[in-house]
Amino acid sequence: MRLGLILGEAGSGLRRNVSMVISVILVTFISLTFVGAAILLQMQIGQMKGYWYDRAQVAVYMCTDVDNTGNCTQAAATEAQIGNVEAQLNSPTLAPFIEKYEFETHDQAYANFQEQFADNPIAAFVTPGDLNESFRVNLVDPTNADVLIESLSGSAGVQAVEDQRGLLDQIFSILNAASYTAIGVAALMLVAAVLLIATTIRLSAFSRRRELGIMRLVGASNRFIQTPFILEGVFASLIGSLMAGAAILAIVKFFVQGYLSKTLGATTTLVGVSDAVVVVPILIVVGAALAAASASVAISRYLKV
Amino acid sequence: MIRFDTVSKAYPGTTRPALNTVSLEVLKGEFVFLVGASGSGKSSFLRLILKEETPTKGEIHVLGQHLNSLTNRKVPYFRRNLGVVFQDFRLLPNKTVFDNVAFTLQVIGKSRGFIQEAVPDALKMVGLAGKSNRFPHELSGGEQQRVAIARAVVNKPAILLADEPTGNLDPATSAGIMTLLERINLSGTTVLMATHDAGIVDQMKRRVIELISGQIVRDERQGGYQTQAIPVQGFGAFAGTTDPQEVSK
Repeated sequence: MRLGLILGEAGSGLRRNVSMVISVILVTFISLTFVGAAILLQMQIGQMKGYWYDRAQVAVYMCTDVDNTGNCTQAAATEAQIGNVEAQLNSPTLAPFIEKYEFETHDQAYANFQEQFADNPIAAFVTPGDLNESFRVNLVDPTNADVLIESLSGSAGVQAVEDQRGLLDQIFSILNAASYTAIGVAALMLVAAVLLIATTIRLSAFSRRRELGIMRLVGASNRFIQTPFILEGVFASLIGSLMAGAAILAIVKFFVQGYLSKTLGATTTLVGVSDAVVVVPILIVVGAALAAASASVAISRYLKV
Repeated sequence: MIRFDTVSKAYPGTTRPALNTVSLEVLKGEFVFLVGASGSGKSSFLRLILKEETPTKGEIHVLGQHLNSLTNRKVPYFRRNLGVVFQDFRLLPNKTVFDNVAFTLQVIGKSRGFIQEAVPDALKMVGLAGKSNRFPHELSGGEQQRVAIARAVVNKPAILLADEPTGNLDPATSAGIMTLLERINLSGTTVLMATHDAGIVDQMKRRVIELISGQIVRDERQGGYQTQAIPVQGFGAFAGTTDPQEVSK
């Protein structure tokens, strides 16, 4: 009886306020889509970190004839210097940190360079001697790169020791900035959504102030009076959050998995539908909670006895 | 039943209080007229009883509840023991007579079975048994007020507050309403009625409390709209020294 009455009141409120309810739905939809996109972007960053950090190497560049940076004096690293570095890599102090290492000769470096810059005029000017020989070291724990940098930077014939994670971090900071922007836009939109819900509920309460007055007069409990209004707000924003959830799923399915993964090929991992499925309930809970909170604040003015 | 103990009510932003050290007691089963000019504090008095307002000073006890310390959460449950009727009826235009009366029971969570029994009883009592499916705008003013009264008493309240219930009605219709209120009073409900209608007050010969500028200037049993009998209390009322025992005997 009471439940039916409360639902009926909420339903009639929604019908009476269709245009406001639609705007609430749309604003919640868009704002939560941004929230979802921001979460997905963070997930993407996390996945890429996991993927790339495992592959990131520490490169120990040996001197070439033309270098005078680092420990180089425009003389190529000698066999002995290379052997010395290799011996250090194999030494008991460094060996435990190292999973494996490879030595890249001038010719291998040249081959890689020609492949990478095949379409670039610079490829024609470069000779194998211009490119550094290097040790490519995979660490057991990529965060320990500093150990290698410290112990090898000073060695004779070493031009530089470079942690490739540094290059990746730039990419991640760009992605991070994008996700913070999305969060910022989402926050603004959520403020708009909350205010809009509050206004809608006030309007709805105002159009029913006669009933509210009588309810208060005859002793309807506050909970009984406010529940229909809260349900009204929650219902509207729930539709919006469901739409946002659907949009997030669609973006992942058709844009990320469909378009991006085809374009980028197998170069990196991308968030999948299983990640998006995790995001959807978050959006629904956020939408419903915000609506309930703002609606109950909005209606509280009508509950003062 | 209702006890005011040196109650003052001042609305913010005004220097003159709406009620000024009012003390009185109304006993169970009494029929009390509240008379006085507009702005004399009648409505504030009724609103204080309903706890729509809290007094600035003084203590109010209604139905054994100390209203000053009644929490907001308990106010609705307290109000279920009061019935209220207004000059402007305050019916819901989009509900039928039956639904208007049933609405008050629905919102306090009464069962469907109880509503099906209580509403026709109340409508029969006010003489509208055959009109339960009509809408308020299809009824005359007197009939609308009867619906409002049915709504006020359907939950068998201990106290019925009426704020100028005959203010919008012609004398003949008013008389009908008064007969109805009298019958409700006879069944044991305390009735407190604010009114400007001198004819009704003179004719009914009930307890009359007169307010001027927020103070009780007269409280007499079987009084008229204007002072005729010797007052139960003198002008001591200005100082708020009403003796409840004396006036409510």
